[in-house]
Amino acid sequence: MDFSPLWISLKIALIATLITFVLGIAAARLVLSMKRGKVIADSLFSLPMVLPPTVVGFFLLITFGNNGFLGQFFESIGMKVLFTWQGAVLAAVAVSFPIMYRTARGAIEQVDKNLLNAGRTLGMSENKIFFKVVFPMSRPGIAAATILSFARALGEFGATMMLAGNIPGKTQTMSIAIYTAMQGGDRSKAYIWVAIVMVISFVIMIMMNLWNDRQAKLSSHRRIS
Amino acid sequence: MKLYVDIEKRLGDFKLKIKFETDKEVFSIIGASGSGKTMTLKCIAGIENPDKGTIRLGERILFDSATGINRPPQKRRIGYIFQDYALFPNMTVTENIMCGAMDPDITANYIEKFFLKGKEHLYPAQLSGGEKQRVAIARMLSAKPELIMFDEPFNALDNYLKSNLEMEIHDAIESYNGQALFVSHDRDEVYRLTDQIAVMEKGHLIEVGPKVELFNNPQSLAAALLTGCKNISSVERKEDGTLWAKDWAMKLKIAEFDGEMPRYVGFRAHHFEVTKEMHEYNVVPCKIKRVVEDTFEILVKFESAEGYIMTYALPKEKWAQLKVQEGNIYLKMPENKIMIFER
Repeated sequence: MDFSPLWISLKIALIATLITFVLGIAAARLVLSMKRGKVIADSLFSLPMVLPPTVVGFFLLITFGNNGFLGQFFESIGMKVLFTWQGAVLAAVAVSFPIMYRTARGAIEQVDKNLLNAGRTLGMSENKIFFKVVFPMSRPGIAAATILSFARALGEFGATMMLAGNIPGKTQTMSIAIYTAMQGGDRSKAYIWVAIVMVISFVIMIMMNLWNDRQAKLSSHRRIS
Repeated sequence: MKLYVDIEKRLGDFKLKIKFETDKEVFSIIGASGSGKTMTLKCIAGIENPDKGTIRLGERILFDSATGINRPPQKRRIGYIFQDYALFPNMTVTENIMCGAMDPDITANYIEKFFLKGKEHLYPAQLSGGEKQRVAIARMLSAKPELIMFDEPFNALDNYLKSNLEMEIHDAIESYNGQALFVSHDRDEVYRLTDQIAVMEKGHLIEVGPKVELFNNPQSLAAALLTGCKNISSVERKEDGTLWAKDWAMKLKIAEFDGEMPRYVGFRAHHFEVTKEMHEYNVVPCKIKRVVEDTFEILVKFESAEGYIMTYALPKEKWAQLKVQEGNIYLKMPENKIMIFER
């Protein structure tokens, strides 16, 4: 059996999560620092979460396709997006981004404003306050956001299909492999992929719970000494 | 260093509009909660922005709406102790102080100076209230501020801790350069710690003065209440020219009264004198409603003919003597002890 969909899925999901991690937190910081237009920016960033993945795929196709303005830009630097694994990464980033953004924003907002104000009166720069205070304090929430984003990127189907297509050994992820197997009447193959996806998802959930427990223990340790 | 503040800020229905200046002294703002004290400090620190006005510290303009100057808090060099100290919970004592000092040697110096040796590697959650306060003050001072401000630092503490911590703040202010801004709703705290007191009510400073003067002779109802005056009555002039305290149902004679009518008169619960008989002026019958035993004294709550509850505070031994006496008790207000305000 060809296991390439597993490796392709993991590669795409990992790279996509990395990009989403940076973009999502940056977007959360940006929106939280905005004085005006907060609602609009927030809605815009959250939109891919409520849109059908095919609609997200459609817009990606338009902007990153051969005639799209970003597509032409990427082409000029020698990167093809359409029907490549890079395209699948793009699709995964687009659908997992709102999850990262919203969860990270929630975690960052939880941090006591007086801590930020204290940092400011001590002369700490906004960046220093973010990396030394806000980020460490919202780490459990950001970790949860990252895991959820990874899970979402791993399971992505609709937008990937539209942007990267279904090329075995190149852009065929596990979700797409399940679909292809069912379409081709190969039930046993579909069962295997379903089982693999189930195992990975379960492991992710267990890891998340273990990590949460550890965090809770660590912080209570700090409290009691 | 001289601090000059003249600002306005609107927040929904609430309007903050204050003006004051202070130099080389401990200046405190006393007011009920929600009167705008904390907002004032935040505007000075640059955490909140006033709608208009000017804030100057020494020669530096920190905020000026006319010329569009608004220095960020990082550039203002103003230390701020928050109500809950706002120590960074994810950092040790050393790391917290480093955030202000920015230098390991200076940090070590402050750890030594504030008796935090041996606690360097503990997290704020592992410290006692007093230690937290010391870390907060050390962190603030290590950033070399030009003005220090305290926002109700003893709010959440019990009385026993309070007096020790108060002493430490006193020391900190003195060792610094003596200039500080202090905000509180506790009159005793303010009286002990400060030189100059401003009374704040609904976003305005209604009275500013040296503490002794303010406590002995408040000019406003709010100041009287905040300085703990228990007996207050509105006052009017009768047709025959005598003054009549309406709530106390009593004819008044006030020392050095110049004829200008006040709206209220006040009398402190400790200043009553006991007499055996009724008198035309400044005496009320003590019709006891309830006797409250306080820690070191007795509070006698009695009712005037108008149904206003007045308070007479006296030492416990004196109350014991008074109890065995027969007949009615009358209470006299010496005419030089009656306060008048809001003329």
